[in-house]
Amino acid sequence: MSFKDTLLNGEQGLFKPNGLTPMQKLALRFVVVGVLFYGLTAIEGMIMRMYQIEPISGINPEHFFAIMTAHPLVGIFGSSYSIVFGAFLFLVPYLMKKPLWSIKLGNWSFILVTVGTLTFWGSAFISHYSPLYTLYWPLPADFSQFSPVGGAVFILGIALVMVGTIFFVINIFKTIAYTPEGHEKVSGRAMLASATGFSWKESIFRKKSKRRENLVSLPVAAIARGTVDTMLNAGIITFTGVLILVYMVAAIFGTSLENTAVDALLYKNWFWWGLDLIADGLVLIFVAGTWYLLAMLITGKDLYMARIARLALWVELIVSWTVWSHHLMSDQAQPGFLKIISGELVTAFELITQGLAFVITLVTLWSARPLKMTNPLKFLLGGLLGFGLAVPAGIIQADLGLNRILHNTQWIIGPHVHVAILVGLTMTLYAAIYFLLPILSNGAKLYSQKLANFHFWAHIIGGIGMGAFMGMAGMKGMLRRTIYYNGEYNLYMILAGICGALLLLAFFAFLYNVIMTFGVRGLIGIFTPAKLKTKELLPQAE
Amino acid sequence: MVDSTLVLNGQTIAYTIYAIVIILLMAWFGYKVTTEGKASVIKAKLFYAFVIFLAVLGVSLHLATNATIPWVSMDLNRANITPDKVIEISVADHQFKLPDDKLVVKKGEIVVFDVTSEDLTYGFGIFRKDGSMVCQMQVVPGHKNDLMWKFEKSGIYTIRSTEYSGPKGHKMVLSDVLEVKE
Repeated sequence: MSFKDTLLNGEQGLFKPNGLTPMQKLALRFVVVGVLFYGLTAIEGMIMRMYQIEPISGINPEHFFAIMTAHPLVGIFGSSYSIVFGAFLFLVPYLMKKPLWSIKLGNWSFILVTVGTLTFWGSAFISHYSPLYTLYWPLPADFSQFSPVGGAVFILGIALVMVGTIFFVINIFKTIAYTPEGHEKVSGRAMLASATGFSWKESIFRKKSKRRENLVSLPVAAIARGTVDTMLNAGIITFTGVLILVYMVAAIFGTSLENTAVDALLYKNWFWWGLDLIADGLVLIFVAGTWYLLAMLITGKDLYMARIARLALWVELIVSWTVWSHHLMSDQAQPGFLKIISGELVTAFELITQGLAFVITLVTLWSARPLKMTNPLKFLLGGLLGFGLAVPAGIIQADLGLNRILHNTQWIIGPHVHVAILVGLTMTLYAAIYFLLPILSNGAKLYSQKLANFHFWAHIIGGIGMGAFMGMAGMKGMLRRTIYYNGEYNLYMILAGICGALLLLAFFAFLYNVIMTFGVRGLIGIFTPAKLKTKELLPQAE
Repeated sequence: MVDSTLVLNGQTIAYTIYAIVIILLMAWFGYKVTTEGKASVIKAKLFYAFVIFLAVLGVSLHLATNATIPWVSMDLNRANITPDKVIEISVADHQFKLPDDKLVVKKGEIVVFDVTSEDLTYGFGIFRKDGSMVCQMQVVPGHKNDLMWKFEKSGIYTIRSTEYSGPKGHKMVLSDVLEVKE
C-alpha cells in the first residue's frame, strides 16, 4: 500500500469501522480521546519544562499557573479517566460474559468527560483561573486574583466530568449486579458484595472446606473496588465545586461572602481526603487489577497467591480512606496523632499492598517463562518499574523528619508523582491499550513495531530521567509551583527538559503509529454511529 | 541537632542505590523471563516472609528517622519546650511582614517562627545561600503556625513562601534577611 492509502485506510486496510459493535466503538472513543488529552498534557508539560529553564516571554505568570492548574486535571480526568473508563466499560462485561448494562449511559459518560475537560481547560486558558486543584481555601474564591466568571466556567467543566464519572460508576455496578435476559438469575447484592470485598470474611477466615467461591473474578473485583473510590471522590469534588460556586455566583452578583466561614485547615483535610481517593485509592487499585489481568492474559495461567491479592485490594481500599494526612505533615495545626497514624503508618501500608501486587505479578509472569517480549509485556514491566520507583519515594516523603525538608520541592512532583503517573500508570495503560487493540479493532495490524519499540524506550527513559532530574533539583531546594528567574537550577532543568522532550517524541511516535494503524478514515469512523445494532461486545461470527 | 543537609545527602544516597538496584532487577527479570529456564514459583513461606519484610521496612523507616532526626521529636513536643527566642511574622496580600528588617538568631539556640496569615494559605521556608532548603512549614489562615528550629550552622539565610498562593505568590522571597551568628 502507498503511504497515502495507509494514512487514509490504515495498515493493509484491515481496520473496518463499519464492522465494529457499539461497545467496541464506545471503548475506542474513550481511548482515542484519552490519548489525545494525554498529548495535550504532554505539550503543556513541555511548555512548563521550558519555562522552568527560562520564563518564556509570551507567557506571563498568570498564564503559566493556569497551565499548571489545567495540566494535572487534563491528565487525570481527560486522559487517564477516559482510557480507564473505556477499558473497564469493555472489560467488565467482557470478563463477566454479559453485555454492558447501558451503552447509552456509557456514551453519555464519554461526552460529559470530554466536554467537561475541554470546558475547564478552555476556561483556564482564557480566564487564567489558576487555584491549582482548588486545594487551599480561600484561594479558589480569591477574586482579587481570579475572575469569578472564569472560575464558574472552570467549575462547570469539572462538574460535567463528575457527572460523567457518576454515570460510569452506575454503569459498572449495574453491569456487575444485573442478570441479562436468558442468563441464570443471580443475586445482584451478592455479586456486588463479592466484587467490593464485603464478603471477604467468607473467603479469608473460614476454613478452606467452608469457603464460598468468589462470585466475580479478581480483575472485576479490582475494578469494583477502585470504582468505590471513584464514586466517593466524585461526591467530594462535586460538593466542593458547589461550595466554591456559591462564592463565585455571589461575587458575580456583586456580593462578597465571608470566606473565613470555611476553615482553611478543615477544607484542606476534606479536599486531601477526597484527592487521595484518586492518588492513593483508585489509581493503585485499578493499576494492581490491570497488572493481575495482564499477567493472567499474557501467561494464560492463574494468578499467583490470588486470594492474598484479592485481600490486598480490599486493604488498599481501606488504606485509601485513611491515608490523607501525609499531605498535611507540614501543617503545624494538624494534630500530631493524625500525622503519625494516618500520615506515616497507614501510608506505609501502601508499601505492602503495592509491594505484594508487584511481586504477585512478577511471580505469575515467571511461572510461564519463556515468554515472548510482546508490547503488552514490555509496557507492563515498565509500569511495574514505575511504581517500584515511585512508591518508596512517596513513603520517604511521608515521614515527619524528611517531609520537613522535602515538602513542596521538586522531589515530590518528580520522583514520586511524575514517575508514578508517567511511568507507572501510563505504561500500564499503554500495556492494556496494546493488548486490547486487536480485540477492539477486530484484528487491525499495528503499523510499525519499530515505532512501538521507540515508544517504549523513549517513554521509559524520558519518564524516569525527568523524574530523577526533578528530584535532584528538589534535593537542592527547588520548589514546585513557583517560577525561578535567574537560572538557579538550570543544569537539572535542562536535563529534565531533554527527558521531557523524549517523552513528547515517544507520544508522537505512538500517535503516528495509531493513525497509520487505523487510518484517518478509520479514526473518524470510530466516532460515527455504529452500523451493527447489537448489545454484544464483539461481532458475532457469521 | 544535625544539619538538614546531612539528612538530605543520606536520603539521596539511599534512594539512588535503591533506584539503581530496582532498575537492574527489572532489566534482569525482563531478560530472564523471555529465555528458557526453570519456571518455578516462589514458595508460600518465602512470600509471607516478604510481606513481613515490607511491613518491617515501612515502619522501621519512621522509627529510624524518629530516633535520628532531632527536629521530629522537637516538633512533636514543641508545646512543652521553652524556646530561646520567638519571632513573630505575619503574612498578608502576598507580603511577609517581619518584626525587623533583619532577623538575627544565635547558632544553637532554639527559635520559634510564629507565622500568621491574614488571608490566604502560604508557606514559610528558610533557604541557604546555595538555594537548598533548611526547613519549611505551611502557613494556614485562622490557625497557629509555629516552627521550632535550632540552627547548627551560622550564615545568611533567605525566607521564601513554599506554598502556591496564586500567581502573585512566586515573588514572595526575602533574600538574606535571616542571619545566624556564632
